Amino acid sequence: MSRLLSRRSALVAGAGGIVAACDSVAKLPTAQALLGGAERAHRTLQRTITARDALAVEYRPEQRSPVFRSNGTANPDTPDYNAHAATAFADWRVTVDGLVARPLSLRLDQVRGMPSRNQITRHDCVEGWSAIGKWTGPRLSRLLDAARLLPTARYLVFHCADRLSGRPYYESIDLVDAFHPQTILAWALNDRLLGIPNGAPLRLRVERQLGYKHAKYVHRIEAVASLADIGAGKGGFWEDVAGYEWYAGI
Amino acid sequence: MSKPVTIYRHRVATRLWHWVNAVAVIVLIGSGLMILNAHPRLYWGRYGANFDTPWIVFDRFPGWVTIPQTYNLALARQWHLSFALVLGFGLLAYMIVSLLNRHFRRDLTIRRRDLTPAHIAADIRAHLAFRFHDPEAPGEYNVLQKISYVLILFGLLPLAILTGCALSPALNAGFPWMLDLLGGRQSARSIHFLAASGITLFVIVHLVLVILAGAVNEVRSMLTGRWRVPE
Repeated sequence: MSRLLSRRSALVAGAGGIVAACDSVAKLPTAQALLGGAERAHRTLQRTITARDALAVEYRPEQRSPVFRSNGTANPDTPDYNAHAATAFADWRVTVDGLVARPLSLRLDQVRGMPSRNQITRHDCVEGWSAIGKWTGPRLSRLLDAARLLPTARYLVFHCADRLSGRPYYESIDLVDAFHPQTILAWALNDRLLGIPNGAPLRLRVERQLGYKHAKYVHRIEAVASLADIGAGKGGFWEDVAGYEWYAGI
Repeated sequence: MSKPVTIYRHRVATRLWHWVNAVAVIVLIGSGLMILNAHPRLYWGRYGANFDTPWIVFDRFPGWVTIPQTYNLALARQWHLSFALVLGFGLLAYMIVSLLNRHFRRDLTIRRRDLTPAHIAADIRAHLAFRFHDPEAPGEYNVLQKISYVLILFGLLPLAILTGCALSPALNAGFPWMLDLLGGRQSARSIHFLAASGITLFVIVHLVLVILAGAVNEVRSMLTGRWRVPE
C-alpha cells in the first residue's frame, strides 16, 4: 500500500510539478520568445482562414445588453479634459497627422456631421465578459482618405486623453483593420452621445479584436511606419505595461 | 512461476502524442483557471458582464492550480494560446496517423457485442474487483476504457477546441455559424469551461486507474511501448 501511495504521489507530483515548473520556465528568454510567438501564429492563422473584410456579427436592437458596462478609465479627470466636458466637448478636436499628405484637425461637430455607420456589435473584454451595444460614427477610412495616407504608413496610432498609472493611454492597429468597414470612430452608444465612462467624445471601434484595442477619449490619430518609437514600442498601453498581445483577435 | 509475457502495446505515434498532449492539457487547465480568475463568472447567451446574471460564480482559484501561480492575465493568455496550438494541431496529427495506422479501427472501435448489458455489467464488476484486462485478450481495451477514450478523443477535446475558437472575435467574423451553433459567445465560454471540467475529470480517473492497474508497468508501456501481461 505504501508503494501504491508513493506511486500515486509521484504521478500527482508530476502533474502538479508541471504547473509549478511553468513559472520557472516562463523566466527563460527562449520560453518567452516561444510563448510570445503564439501571438504571431494566431494572427497569421486567423487572417489566413478568414476574409480580410469578414464582418463582425451585428445584432438586433433587442439583443443588446441591458447595461453596457465600462472598463479601464472611468473618467480621465484632467483639468483639460474636465474643461472640455464642461462645454459638452464643443471645442474638442481630433487631429489626423503623421504620414499623411493633408493633416486634418476636425471639430467634433464636423465628425458628427460625416456620414455615419450604425452597428450593434459585441464588445469582448480580455477578462472574459461581453456586452452588446449600438455604436454610431464615421468609418475611420473616411478620415484616412480625407487626410490621404502616404504609402509609407503602416499603422494608425490612437492617442487618448486618459492616463493610467501616469502614462497616456494609446493603442494602434494596422491597415487591415483601419480600412475594415466596421472600424469606426464612434460618438454615440445606444443612440445617446457617448458617455464619459465609455470614452466621450470619441472612441475607436475595431470589432474583430478585444476591448483594450478600442481606444477611448481619442484626440489624435497618427499614421506611422513603425510602432517602435511610440510609448515603450509595443503598440499600446497594455502591451507596454502588462504584456498583452498587440494583435488581440482571440 | 512462469516468465512474464510482454506485448508491444502502444505504437510510437500514440506514445508521442500521449505525452505531448498530457503536458498541453495540464498547461491549458492551469492557465485556463488563471484566465477565469480575471472574471470568475459564467453566463448563458450572447452577452454577460457584471450587471447580468451568471449561472455560476467562483472564488478565485488558488495559486497551486493556476499558471502562473500569482495573478497575471497576460502571461496566462500566452501559455494558454501557445498550448492551444499544441493541443489542436497535435490532436489533428494524431487523428490522421491513427486513421492511417488503423489504431482507431483496431483498438477503439466499439462493437455491438461490447455494448450488451451483460458485457458492460461484467466489465463494471471486473473494474470493481480491480481487474482491468481480459485474460483472453490482454492487449485489448475493455469496453469502459473504449467508451471513455472515444468520448475524450471525439467529444470533449474537439468541443474544447471548437468552443475555444468561438471565443475569438476575429474567428467569429470569419465563421459566424460557430456562435449560432453554441448559442452565443458567453454560452461558448461556459461550454468551454464545462468541456475542460470533463477533461480534468478524465485525467483524474485516468491517473487513479493507472495506479490501480500498476503504475510502473503502465507508464513504462506508454514510454517504451512494451507492456507486461498481468499474471
